[in-house]
Formats: sequence, structure tokens, C-alpha cells
Amino acid sequence: MNAWRLYGIAFQTIVTKEVLRFTRIWMQTLLPPAITTTLYFIIFGKLIGERIGEMGGYSYIDFIVPGLILMSVIQNSYANVVSSFFSTKLQHYIEELLIAPVPNWVILSGYVVGGVARGTLVGILVTIISLFFTDLQINSYAVTLLVFVLTSILFALAGFINAVYATTFDDISIVPTFVLTPLTYLGGVFYSISLLPTFWQSVSLGNPVLYMINAFRFGILGVSDIDIAVALTIILVFIVGLTVFSLVLLARGVGIKN
Amino acid sequence: MPACIVDSRAATIEGFGLSCCKPVSALLIENLHKTYRNGFEALKGISLRVEAGDFFALLGPNGAGKSTAISIIASLINKSSGRVAIYGHDLDTEKEAAKRQIGLVPQEFNFNMWEPVVEILVNQAGYYGIPRKLAFERAETYLKQLDLWDKRHTQARWLSGGMKRRLMIARALVHQPRLLILDEPTAGVDIEIRRSMWLFLREINRQGTTIILTTHYLEEAESLCRNIAIIDHGRIIEQTSMARLLSQLNTELFVLNLDKPLSAVPEVPGYGVTLVDAETLEVEVLREQSMNDLFAALSQQGIAVLSMRNKQNRLEQLFIDLVDSAKRELAS
Repeated sequence: MNAWRLYGIAFQTIVTKEVLRFTRIWMQTLLPPAITTTLYFIIFGKLIGERIGEMGGYSYIDFIVPGLILMSVIQNSYANVVSSFFSTKLQHYIEELLIAPVPNWVILSGYVVGGVARGTLVGILVTIISLFFTDLQINSYAVTLLVFVLTSILFALAGFINAVYATTFDDISIVPTFVLTPLTYLGGVFYSISLLPTFWQSVSLGNPVLYMINAFRFGILGVSDIDIAVALTIILVFIVGLTVFSLVLLARGVGIKN
Repeated sequence: MPACIVDSRAATIEGFGLSCCKPVSALLIENLHKTYRNGFEALKGISLRVEAGDFFALLGPNGAGKSTAISIIASLINKSSGRVAIYGHDLDTEKEAAKRQIGLVPQEFNFNMWEPVVEILVNQAGYYGIPRKLAFERAETYLKQLDLWDKRHTQARWLSGGMKRRLMIARALVHQPRLLILDEPTAGVDIEIRRSMWLFLREINRQGTTIILTTHYLEEAESLCRNIAIIDHGRIIEQTSMARLLSQLNTELFVLNLDKPLSAVPEVPGYGVTLVDAETLEVEVLREQSMNDLFAALSQQGIAVLSMRNKQNRLEQLFIDLVDSAKRELAS
């Protein structure tokens, strides 16, 4: 059989398996982000937001919508890959893939696309919910989609690396709790960094999530604290770096083979 | 050193796919070493050759290195050095071609317990590039053959231990490998299912699939396998045919059940006889001694034998002898 056809079927199998997994347990994977974001819209957008007034030239709820959509994409892309790949290790069915003639890049891309699929589905759900609270006008569909997909890929890759190193359930919750959530909250989801003192503005620029949220906000609203070209470059550099790192881990069998 | 690898150069040429006249070996291992990160040397340069179509037993005590060797062959762990070829495909240089030849039934359950049975098979087939429609057809074939078709929509966690073992056999066969490796496939399985698994394995071997079996049930290996290797402390200490190995057995111990109770041990010259209880004798018979002479001697003394059995499995005795002698050699 043609090798590319074989890879295509293997890739499709991994993606199908991943999508079936998270849709089967939709109460755990799709419903919680929808409920959480609805609460954000009600509390921060409506109740508190109306007292805050404008931010970046937009009403507060309009300002936070892009950040909330991207935050749910980030969290779900990451969570899908980290929990799924860690389970395959824990229950040893990673061996089903290791014994088969599936190249490492197919394994990686299958899991990443699975993560992107969940991130996308949750992102669409949150976007639909946001329409109940605000009129969403898209400034640039190209930038919006590009940042949406690239950010999802980036965090799916990060989730994969976390799963490779994880040996306990604690290990797959520590990074999201103590790294991912603070970076996202401090990445300008709820505020513009122009509100911060100069020193903290500079510190914020070291947070990669800030670039993604601002690039996505630019795609929707047309405003950003960051240059879009710089933001896209940083996202791409991270994707390339994490991809290479993931493939090296797989080739060496770190956390997978003895 | 295994007896059959006499000419290592010839083995290399043949095993690694360069031969034009001899059939390619199903599995060829040369000087395989594995040292774990903690410094434990699990394999100390084993060499092994399994011919196509064989039913081969790889035996050894716990921790001898069997599972390490199998895991290396199946690409589940990385070797430290040495070479492995499967049907002539080198695992280093033709990895994907080599992997396509193997099906593995591991010792531990290693499937997604939350997935329905049929999906486990279809996904595994997908990893080998088998289109979904064909994968379902194959899954149906093997699930029916292994009496699991009724459970196809059941999540794997609800299957009994025996069913889980059969599921792993079905999964290992779904891409129709030429070499099937079974690591303790009947562990914890009741005798009826074990027998039906034997019949199934014999049949697929008859159809041309090479089988390598590790087991702690030595009567299983004796009954199924034609050739055997014994591994201990990371070294192959014996590799030969089952018939030749069994012919090395010098004595066998038989248990005789008598029709009437005895008060003393009967005298049977040349045979070691022990009275276990009033109606049971244990007799040690050398390979060259005749059972007819034994029965004649007992008959002359008016002792009738109702039934007789081997006290110990023949392969078990040899296995213990070989491992003990390897241990003594190691100690000296």
C-alpha cells in the first residue's frame, strides 16, 4: 500500500478516535466551558461591565468577548490533548500506536488535530453564546481564523508535551492551574495593558498569551495593544519550537518507552 | 550459545533479506543487549532465530528477559544494541515494513477500557492503514472466531478476564500479521477457554502464521510448540526442537494407583519405588527402562495397577534442571 495512503488512514483513525472521545463525554468536555463563559458574560460583561464603561474604544462586554472566546479555545485544546494522551500512557494503549507502522509525526498531528477540533467546537459554542449578549462584528475574518487555529495548535502541542512528561494526574493539572490560567488571565482577556503602569506593561510583554489574545481581538474588533505581525511571528515561532520538541520526545521515547 | 545459529554470517545475510535462495526467517535476533536506565542489564547479547511457520516457545523464569525481548521486537522499548529482523526487514532501517509483519498479544491488558470492543479492533486496523469498511469486516471475522461478536458494542471494561485475553488476540490479528507474538496469553484463563484458545492458535499456525509463545504453563508449550528457547538472566541457555529437548530427559516419575493396599514397598530391581500411601506407589523410570518390565515385576507379586500418571510435566522437569544448572554455572 502507498505509504501516504497508510499515513492518511492512520491519521484519520486517531482524529476520529479523539473526536468520538470528547463528544461521548460532552458533559465533561463541552458543557462546562459553555456554562463558565455564560457566567463570565453575565457577571463581567453585563453586571460589572456596564459600570466600567468603555475600554479600547468599545463597550466592556465587546472588549472581553474575543479574549473569552480565545481563552476557552486555549484551555480546551490543551485539556483535550493532555488528558487524552496521558490516558493512553496510563492505560498502556499507547502501545497500540507504538507497535503499528505509524510515524511519530502522524501520531503528533493526530492528537493535535483532535485538540484543535475540541478547541474549535468549544470556541464556536462560546461565540454563539456571546451573540446573546452582544452584536459581534468581525473586523478581519482572515486574522480571526488564523489566530484562532494557530493558537489552538500551539496549546494542543503544549498539552501533548505536558502529557509526555506527566506520570500522575497531579502532573496534568499543575500546569493548567499554576501556569496556563494565570498566563491567560494576565494576558489581557479582561483588560488592556495600557491600563497598567509602565513596568507591568513591560512584564506583560513577556507573556506569550498576551500576543494571541491581542491578535485575536484585532481580528474581531480591529484594536490591539500589540503589533499583529509581531504577534503572528511569535505564535509561529512557538508552534515550530514545540513541534520540533514534541517530535524529539517521541523519537527518544521520553515518558513512553523505557 | 544457541545451537542453531552455527553460521552467524549466513544468518545475517539470510535474516536481513539478502538471501536469494533460502526462505527468510520470521525472526532473527543478533547479539541483542538491553540495559535499563537504572543500570539493570535485562538482555546480555541474545541471539535467536525463528523460522517462518514455526510455533515457537520462549520460556524462562520471571525476570529472565522474555518480556524485554518481546517489547524490543514490538518496538515498545528501545534496545541498547544488537539487531532484529522480522521477515527480513531490519527493525532499524526498515522499521515500518518490519512492524507490519508483527501482531502482539501482551501480558497486561493494554486497550482503552472505555471503548467498545469493535472500535478497539477497527482503530487498530486503522493504524495499519486498513480502510474503515474493511476494518469492520476484519473485526467481524475475528470477533466471531473468538466468540466475542455478541460483545462487540460492550465497553472493554465490562468483559471477563478470558474475554479480554481473546480481545487482545483478535486485535493482534486484525491486520493479519505473519508473526504473532503471545506473551502469557492464557494467564488467568479457565481450562475450557484455554483449550479453545489452543485450538484457535493451532489453526492460525496451520494457516501459515508464525507464532512465538511465552507461557508459565509448560504443558501448554509442550503441547503447542515445535521449537523452544529458554532464556535466563538475560541469556539464551537452550535453543532446540521440543522433541530433542524432551529426549534429554533421563528419568520420569510415575504415580501408580493400586487395586489393593500394600503393607510394604514391593521390590522391583532397577526401579526406584516409594510407597506414598497404602494404595499409591511412586516409581522412577530411566529413559532406557521398559514399562512392560515394571508391570511384569509388579504383576508377579500380585500387584495390579488401576491407573498411572506422570507426576511432573516432562518439560517442567527439564526446565527446572536447565535453569538450575545455569544458576550453578553463574554462581561458579
